[in-house]
Amino acid sequence: MIGLTHYLVLSAILFSIGVVGVIRRKNLLMLFFATEIMLNAANVAFAAISSYYNDLSGQMFAFFIVAIAASEVAVGLGLLILLYKKYGTLDLDHYTMLKG
Amino acid sequence: METFAFYLFAILITGLFAVTVMSRNLLYAMTSLAAGMVLISGLFFILGADFLGVVQLIVYVGAVMALYAFGMMFFDATGVIKEKNGSPFLVFLLGGMTAVLLVVIFAAPVIGHNVPSLYPPVAGADNPHAVGLVLFTKYLVPFEVAAVMLLVAMIAGIILAGKKMERSISKIDDSELETSGGKDDE
Repeated sequence: MIGLTHYLVLSAILFSIGVVGVIRRKNLLMLFFATEIMLNAANVAFAAISSYYNDLSGQMFAFFIVAIAASEVAVGLGLLILLYKKYGTLDLDHYTMLKG
Repeated sequence: METFAFYLFAILITGLFAVTVMSRNLLYAMTSLAAGMVLISGLFFILGADFLGVVQLIVYVGAVMALYAFGMMFFDATGVIKEKNGSPFLVFLLGGMTAVLLVVIFAAPVIGHNVPSLYPPVAGADNPHAVGLVLFTKYLVPFEVAAVMLLVAMIAGIILAGKKMERSISKIDDSELETSGGKDDE
């Protein structure tokens, strides 16, 4: 029988995949993908806890996470397009304007 | 049956997200991310969160991934991404440890204490009905704030991505396009 622990372990695995992606990738669009993975891992944990504790608050917070992810993508993609138009690349190693 | 479905979804999601993180091709990464999100909605359906599963399908797979797909038209998505990577072992060690630590920190209170149920589902109501009852009574203010946030995000997206778009390519004469294209070839 599947318990709450199974879902939390799965959520931890997905979240670590996302963190590894954030640390490893140098392309900004890939960083966005890794962020989406981490948000989804949190959603899985929220839905599981909500289901096993018979409480709807978890699902509510999952809805707000979905809304935040949608607005993040809208603003972030706009900024990415501006950056790409200006510098012609999405590689993080090229953005060294702040280097002293 | 539930056990089989859970393990099937879990293995597929983990594999697809691993492809997303490891792939060197932008299109492969985006496609596997979209497939993983579809399967995550399957997990929600197993958990009895029907409305959340549908929202996941509509918003994530339908809107967010479509937005990425359209945004990708601005970038050269077909090529292989060249990235300079340091030691991969250190990355996996640091990433895994950080993530496990975060999950333990946030999951420990839930497992440790017997958390009382604040808003249990209404007896006799199916999931979307119960969600609606709680969302529009207890969480009405966050709901409205989220709506304002989405409006701000929409305006920001239009303004950021729509700069210098008043010159429409479809309104330019074909002859002008051909001459300018010829100049580029030379």
